[in-house]
Amino acid sequence: MTDINTLTVSRAARMLQGGECSSEELVSSLVRLIQERDGQIGAYLHLDEAGALEQARAIDRARAKGNVDPSNLLAGVPIAVKDILNVKGQPCTCASRILRGYVSPYDATDVARLRECGVVLLGRTNMDEFGMGSSTENSAFQVTHNPHSLDRVSGGSSGGSAAAVAADMAIAALGSDTGGSIRQPASFCGCVGMKPSYGRVSRFGLTAFASSLDQVGPITKNVEDAALLLEAISGRDEMDSTSLDLEPPCREGALRRDLKGIRLGLPKEYFVKGMNPEVEAAVKSAASLCSAAGAEIVEVSLPHTEYAIAAYYIIATAEASANLARFDGVRYGFRSDRAEDVLDMYENTRAEGFGPEVKRRIILGTYVLSSGYYEAYYLAAQKARTLIRSDFEKAFKECYALLAPVAPTAAYKIGEKCDDPLEMYLGDALTVPASLAGICGMSIPCGQTTDDLPIGLQILGPAFREENILRVGYAFEEVLERAGKSEGRGV
Amino acid sequence: MKYIASIGLEVHVQLKTDSKMFCSCRTSFGDKPNANICPVCLGYPGTMPTMNEKAICYTVMTGLMTGSSISNYSKFDRKSYFYPDMPKNYQISQYDMPLCVGGSVEIESDAGARSVALCRIHLEEDVAKNLHFANHSGVDFNRAGTPLMEVVTEPDMVSPDEALAFLLALKQILQYVGASDCNLEEGNLRCDVNCSVRPEGTETLGTKSEIKNLNTFKGVHDALAYEIVRQVEALQNGERIVQDTRRWDVDAGATFQMRSKEAAHDYRYFPEPDLMPVVLLQEQIDTWKKGLPELPGARRKRFVAQYGLPEYDARVLAGDREVADLFEQAASFNTDYKSVSNWIMTELLRHLSETGKTVASLPLTPKALADLVALVGGGKVTSTSAKEILGELMAHGGDPATIMQARGLVQVNDSDELSMFVNEAVADNPKSVEDYRKGKKAAIQFLVGQVMKQSRGKANPQIVAQLVRERIDAH
Ligand SMILES: [Zn+2]
Repeated sequence: MTDINTLTVSRAARMLQGGECSSEELVSSLVRLIQERDGQIGAYLHLDEAGALEQARAIDRARAKGNVDPSNLLAGVPIAVKDILNVKGQPCTCASRILRGYVSPYDATDVARLRECGVVLLGRTNMDEFGMGSSTENSAFQVTHNPHSLDRVSGGSSGGSAAAVAADMAIAALGSDTGGSIRQPASFCGCVGMKPSYGRVSRFGLTAFASSLDQVGPITKNVEDAALLLEAISGRDEMDSTSLDLEPPCREGALRRDLKGIRLGLPKEYFVKGMNPEVEAAVKSAASLCSAAGAEIVEVSLPHTEYAIAAYYIIATAEASANLARFDGVRYGFRSDRAEDVLDMYENTRAEGFGPEVKRRIILGTYVLSSGYYEAYYLAAQKARTLIRSDFEKAFKECYALLAPVAPTAAYKIGEKCDDPLEMYLGDALTVPASLAGICGMSIPCGQTTDDLPIGLQILGPAFREENILRVGYAFEEVLERAGKSEGRGV
Repeated sequence: MKYIASIGLEVHVQLKTDSKMFCSCRTSFGDKPNANICPVCLGYPGTMPTMNEKAICYTVMTGLMTGSSISNYSKFDRKSYFYPDMPKNYQISQYDMPLCVGGSVEIESDAGARSVALCRIHLEEDVAKNLHFANHSGVDFNRAGTPLMEVVTEPDMVSPDEALAFLLALKQILQYVGASDCNLEEGNLRCDVNCSVRPEGTETLGTKSEIKNLNTFKGVHDALAYEIVRQVEALQNGERIVQDTRRWDVDAGATFQMRSKEAAHDYRYFPEPDLMPVVLLQEQIDTWKKGLPELPGARRKRFVAQYGLPEYDARVLAGDREVADLFEQAASFNTDYKSVSNWIMTELLRHLSETGKTVASLPLTPKALADLVALVGGGKVTSTSAKEILGELMAHGGDPATIMQARGLVQVNDSDELSMFVNEAVADNPKSVEDYRKGKKAAIQFLVGQVMKQSRGKANPQIVAQLVRERIDAH
């Protein structure tokens, strides 16, 4: 019998509908594996075993009564949620000491939408504190190890969600991406991870890091699952003024395994010096496979890419400095007991509650917004952002989608970059431009290093053309599988 | 040397919306602490603001009333500072692109009529209220997130009287628009004032002081009067004025420094990424423009021209939108405009000031008021009885003719019926009769009064006077 932990969403849906297994069995099996394996990996911060079993049983009962719509493929499927999204009655720590003790009084819109589909919420996954980091080493509670090589990082900031999916400890997961926080851990852990276009998915209930960049998205085992989850969570939300009223991407239109006649661009600025040659080779060979399958491959230029890191770290930290001001010990979460007066209480609560990377970014963001510096930093960064956006607009006039690496390297060793924040920031150089431009992007496995570490291919599409990247990704999955078979090895 | 003061005001106006600025919590005054709160107005992680369109509408309508230019594109910004009454430790406000720019307000003071220039009108959210107890402090978030419209003037006023006149004129406009209840006790209007003085004949403004958080009009007036004297005396003593922020101590009758300019906050404004810019189409602005009420000053002039009212009546009636509306509606049923005005200005306004009620809260309809005035004019009821009927109309409503019949208040015009009362009065008051005969014509009023009393106010006084004269002369 199939190990049900390895199921994708669509296969789990078929088994649940066919009565081959129940949602309760699925949850129980996942919980067993988590208890067995997560001690080594550290993907979960909070496993809601009792709640998940209860939800699973309720769906099983509804299904037995014929009350589950067969077109609803998510009913009864257990999914993990990054600990940055509010789930009513559950903790939401954002992997920070400062939110210790906080219990969310409401459901994030995306969580509510999944609940409506009958998704079972399995637990909360680890992350870099408030999404600030690229390795999940910045969690206040634990490091998440890469399931492919336990001494390596899982990527970040949604490292817990990616590791849970990669280790079969969740059928799928939700993450959030501010500058690559879905795509990069998906790439390190060998999952599919999608960052939707800014405004596609509601941010209501997503604890804000950088409001003009944050998006919630799926981390899954394949492209079809990503499309399924995206469809469930996307759409206008009255509670989020920046969400747009658009039809969800058409799944049938996107999933048709066909690359013939479409033009794919390779941005030359994304093949940077110092890039791991195995990563570069894997991405270029992915492009060749697409070409062989009928796509036209062209080189394109995104000339302002070099400003992306600087612009990103100014805009994101500026917004974060205001977004994180609310964590002051007055209304919820952690409050320092060493305080003589209000100012003391603020200072000690924040000094004891936030980790070093969060403090670094709050200070940076406070600085760039200060009077006298605002024009030189924040406004200049906004100008760079506009240029980066127009680079993409030009490229997408010619190209259906772009192919690029996700990160310059595969997963690195735990502790390897901890002492050098700047080097860590540079690791985001290939993911932040899409975030600044508000376009959609996806990471999909495209090969391994000689150490058997997964390598991700980044597929970028125009804003609100998620169909484009889903179509390319879906077709590529098959192309890659066929190529693997002809080479006599699985992928 | 003579000094000239320059005064500017920032008036924070709580808008009369049903819900808060960025969430659906109720806005109300006097509920128990933290009754009207939600994750959004408490600044919980992950929550986001959503715009209250009504607040935008009120702000734009106020701007249209003051001739401000309405921005087709404006935006909200975050103003950062830490304080326990701020749920997010930033306030959503408007920094460099407010909803309304420029404009002016006509004022009248003893120095005459003139117009005070506005700098801008923008929208923001109110903060919570800190409460202090013996051993701890608490925060009541009911007020947090209430829409607050800020009206900022140029430093255009020269005296405390002008500042007061501005506030009264602004209040009138706000009530005309229906944007605010302008209830000072409930903190609907709160002022920051800035003030500087300079020697007469010079152009450059002096160094200013800002006095924060004045919540009575008298406070604004008194604080400014004090501050002008303080600054002038300082300059006369050869001291320099330092730019600072001060508070007004009512009991001490003086202002005190809170912080100097050097200690001023850096608010680190930047555009609010959680809200879309406010784009107002011209059609939308035009629609709101059509719904604008007539300005009080224009209405006053029209009342004189259209209804032939004296200037004084027109000013009193037009001063309050509801009263003016009542007058106009009643005047559409009864063309004896001056009488309608008289009844409103005397009995009705006295009733309002005695009971603290508003016109809108009375069950009295304009038609009923017009009918009552017609009954008096047509000699159907005496004015004494009419006062009683009006009292009933203001207390419970109804139709004046019906009340008149039910209470037997129909005026008695019948000579035969009245003769009985007249005979009685003449017989019972020989002294007054004697006085009248001796030529003291005023004595007749006493006798008429006696008849009115006996008839419980229903007798027609003209006929009674005639009958009394005839009765005395006949003997
Ligand atoms: Zn609220």
